[in-house]
Amino acid sequence: MNDFRYLPGVSTLRLKEDLCIGCGACVEVCPHQVFSVNESKATIVDLDGCMECGACALNCPVAAITVSPGVGCASYIIQTWIKGKGAVIECC
Amino acid sequence: MFQPKPDNEPCCGSPPGPPSSPDERPGYRLCSFVERFVATPEGVTPQVKTRLGLRDWLGTLRARLGIRRDHYRVAPGLYAAGSPCADSPVLVTANYKLSFDVLRRELTGANVWIVVLDTRGVNVWCAAGKKTFGTDELIDRVKAVGLARIVNHRELVLPQLGAPGVDGNRVRKTCGFKVVWGPIRARDLKKFLDSGKQAEPQMRQLSFSLGERLVLVPVELSLLVTPSLWIVLAIVVLSAVGPTFSLALTWLRVVEMTMAYAVGVVSGAVVVPLMLPWLPWRSFYLKGGLVGLVGGLAVTLGRGVGESRVLAMILVCMTVSSYAAMNFTGATPYASPSGVEKEMRRGIPLQVVALVIALALWVGGRFWS
Repeated sequence: MNDFRYLPGVSTLRLKEDLCIGCGACVEVCPHQVFSVNESKATIVDLDGCMECGACALNCPVAAITVSPGVGCASYIIQTWIKGKGAVIECC
Repeated sequence: MFQPKPDNEPCCGSPPGPPSSPDERPGYRLCSFVERFVATPEGVTPQVKTRLGLRDWLGTLRARLGIRRDHYRVAPGLYAAGSPCADSPVLVTANYKLSFDVLRRELTGANVWIVVLDTRGVNVWCAAGKKTFGTDELIDRVKAVGLARIVNHRELVLPQLGAPGVDGNRVRKTCGFKVVWGPIRARDLKKFLDSGKQAEPQMRQLSFSLGERLVLVPVELSLLVTPSLWIVLAIVVLSAVGPTFSLALTWLRVVEMTMAYAVGVVSGAVVVPLMLPWLPWRSFYLKGGLVGLVGGLAVTLGRGVGESRVLAMILVCMTVSSYAAMNFTGATPYASPSGVEKEMRRGIPLQVVALVIALALWVGGRFWS
């Protein structure tokens, strides 16, 4: 998604490199090429490319990745402001 | 004198149609996308057509226009494309009919099994976000269709965009099937399967071309129909407010403000999506505000810009466009929730202020002019 860039410095994505076993699952599931695996360790090569879908964190076998995933849709976020984060929200 | 008709001429009405399919059962309807049924160790499974018919295209059009889109679904379960055997690959998809159609259209000549998950009629990516295209549903569905007795191998090919909802490690531990992440787009599937399930880098990369943005526009517009009816009603009421009532003036004001609103909707929900890569700034509320400003100036062209009602029209156009563009973040494949929240914290206060000023100019203008 190099042609389209969103706001810089907002992603909640974090990688604990000491836990990483270099399996490459994150590289495989990320649709934005945020990760790269070198010398059996993953690194975040494009943090601002992250759209916080959560695929990497869910599929990391050693839980080395954390991200706060969510729906990036304004009407959804407005509803969470009104009803609270835990509420059932009608959306797209 | 009575003359018997020749044998080839029907006695009444049009000639009889083709005989009933042997797969038809009393009380059950044969889906138009099912060719016939094939036997498996777990009973019969529908074999799907890999060419889309008129009904499929009409359904696609309807779903794209947002008409009963939530009800466009197929029954979850096991399907066959071609004549799969125990060694054939297994593909997994959502029960949104559009996702299902896109998949089967790309499977001409392939022999594969298709497991359709119950995503409540939602596409793979959105369903993965909602976790209905999820780990538990996949495990339960694989067990329910008896997949382990139908295929020899233990591999499931999932669309890569299902990864936010499916924990591949837990699927393997719980039901013994290994998740293989397939390409993002169904059109790369055959190449992926033919190359030993190896995805080329571009198969794993999202795109957001003009065509991909264009098909999203009708649904964005359809979501605005109901709120728009209320807004037009509000415009009618506010247009009548003034020191003296005049039907002609009220009508003029209704037409003018409705035009400003409509141009705002088109600016934010049509022009911004189409011109996305060429508009300045990364925040959608700014992109929408800019296009709305241009639209507002265009719609008020020829009217004195100094007048309060003209300023109000421009502000309404900008605000509506800004909000509609901000809402389009939900349809894009690159906006992050943290980013959307950040821009909303800046955008919404500005939109509220602009709207309040617009209302004051619009209604107040009649009292002080």
